[in-house]
Amino acid sequence: MVKVYVPIDSTALSLGAERTAKAIVKEAQAGGIAIELVRNGSRGLFWLEPLVEVDTAQGRVAFGPVQPKDVPGLFAADFTNALSDKAKAHPLYLGLTDELAWLKKQQRLTFTRVGITDPVSLEDYLAHEGYKGLKNALALSGADIVKAVTDSGLRGRGGAAFPTGIKWNTVLNAPAEQKYVVCNADEGDSGTYSDRMIMEDDPYVLIEGMTIAGIAVGATQGYIYLRSEYPHALQTLNEAIRRATLAGYLGEDILGSGKTFHLEVRRAAGAYVCGEETSLLESLEGKRGLVRFKPPLPAIEGLFGKPTIVNNVISLATVPIILDKGAQYYADYGMGRSRGTLPIQLAGNLKQTGLVELAFGATLRELLYDYGGGSATGRPIRAVQVGGPLGAYLPESQFDTPLDYEEFGKIWAVLGHGGIVAFDDSADMAKMARYAFEFCAEESCGKCTPCRIGSTRGVEVMDKVIAGKNHARNVQLLRDLSDTMLNGSLCALGGMTPYPVLSALNHFPEDFGLSHKEAAA
Amino acid sequence: MLIQAHIQAHQHVPGGLMPLLHAIQDDIGYVPDAVYPDIAKALALSVAEVHGVVTFYHHFRTHPIGRHVLQICRAESCQAMGCGKLEAELKSRLGVDYHQTTQDGQFTLLPVYCLGNCGCSPSVMLDDEVYGRMDTEKVSELIDEVCHG
Repeated sequence: MVKVYVPIDSTALSLGAERTAKAIVKEAQAGGIAIELVRNGSRGLFWLEPLVEVDTAQGRVAFGPVQPKDVPGLFAADFTNALSDKAKAHPLYLGLTDELAWLKKQQRLTFTRVGITDPVSLEDYLAHEGYKGLKNALALSGADIVKAVTDSGLRGRGGAAFPTGIKWNTVLNAPAEQKYVVCNADEGDSGTYSDRMIMEDDPYVLIEGMTIAGIAVGATQGYIYLRSEYPHALQTLNEAIRRATLAGYLGEDILGSGKTFHLEVRRAAGAYVCGEETSLLESLEGKRGLVRFKPPLPAIEGLFGKPTIVNNVISLATVPIILDKGAQYYADYGMGRSRGTLPIQLAGNLKQTGLVELAFGATLRELLYDYGGGSATGRPIRAVQVGGPLGAYLPESQFDTPLDYEEFGKIWAVLGHGGIVAFDDSADMAKMARYAFEFCAEESCGKCTPCRIGSTRGVEVMDKVIAGKNHARNVQLLRDLSDTMLNGSLCALGGMTPYPVLSALNHFPEDFGLSHKEAAA
Repeated sequence: MLIQAHIQAHQHVPGGLMPLLHAIQDDIGYVPDAVYPDIAKALALSVAEVHGVVTFYHHFRTHPIGRHVLQICRAESCQAMGCGKLEAELKSRLGVDYHQTTQDGQFTLLPVYCLGNCGCSPSVMLDDEVYGRMDTEKVSELIDEVCHG
């Protein structure tokens, strides 16, 4: 019986994968062809989704994008016998999946299984090196696990890039009867979807990473704070947690080690600011998501006042491979102080969008043109926003910047969560600057004045700038306001809204009615 | 399930207010303010605290809404692919603005800031399903399917 793979990832579903899967089953039954339909994750080549794969003696062969109307033709071309000449002649035939240029050049460590396995199948996870990291960790002391994470050079992939091992070490050394591990899965940044893909397409790797974190620091309870916009991730995570618990990978006496780790998913409720760790903790406690003052750090006084690890999905999902293959294996990838790999998400106006995991150091230009294939509209790419709605807009002259935390810092930009949103030359950057303030006003938690009031004043000032009223004065006011928000806000929401605003103003002054010379002055 | 049963089920859950509000809204479509006192009493909170939490989060609603919820993504990636046009056209087709419900009670239109489908912008979410690479015609088909399917 030949295995046929149709992804169950949200993006594939958003392009009709469910109907494609049904059409394949129906057509196979009608033709009396025995197939085993596997619902895998997405390989991350979104312009080819729904990407259907067929198992062969040489590996998996891809066809895509496959719409229900293409299915009869695929069967007529004997596509389940994917090495046949007839199948190869089909217009949707793409060849061996592993040989596709997009995948072949990638360095998939965190995403090693994504798109390959059936997400909720624990057997599949184990057959693809799953839980090897946990088994190694169970033989180590907490301090040694933390040391491995520290030595790997892993930094927080949520955006702040704080060394993960140092955070863990603080929790390890904080004496308390109860500690927690919290996964920040409130992935609200536009242009990012790598967290969602991990949770939907390889949920066990996140569960394993959190379990290792719990064992390392002595935390017995974990929470995944998941955004409410991700209903499929919720289902997949809950099913995976149920199966992992039944099989002894979660709960009490994990794999006979005597260690305990319970895990629960908690749904967020559509507040962007809850992606900020202290606001997230407030929300988990059942309160309004108001940002807390720091100190105390969450590692000392976090959830319910107890020492808490708060890490992003990708950070935690990278821990298993570090514990499996060793800290040095991971640290050997990357450049400078940015060690390992970054799952990059290509979004917006690009011909080829999707997930690209590479060692730090690739340039934006490689991502936009070699992987992205240029703009979807065929017009020149004018601006790129990296790192979500609080990230700077970069002009073409900065496209050769390597993806590295420090290199981006040097040009007053951020890598953030690795999302790249491309805009063509029809984008109005003054409108985007206005939108940045509008978004901040919509999402501000209201605790600090620069963010709460500044964002609304920012929209008003931008309206005046766009209308050309008292132009020079209002541009100066825009800069003053940005300066106040940048230096006076309590968290990154207010503090970084000036990044998209000022980068748009500085790099695209003509959209604000200024010459480059005026903008520089 | 009666609201009281939800309250009892979440009474002793640490940080149980958010899961409780989700359970109520999943069940009846919104969180009526008439139940704030019962929630407050069971969770040892003030009514003001319950009100504060319900109204802080975009997701929670205090009034009944349409049979279906249509959310249009307004975030940057979708803007880069022309969601502005989609928003304007859908508002005009449905005859409502954001946060309003169509006269027949079928659809409530909401803005949303990112659906995590940024590789296939613009995106919309109809009830619990995301749809990518949308235009007005395709969304209209979805609307018709829901109405007549």
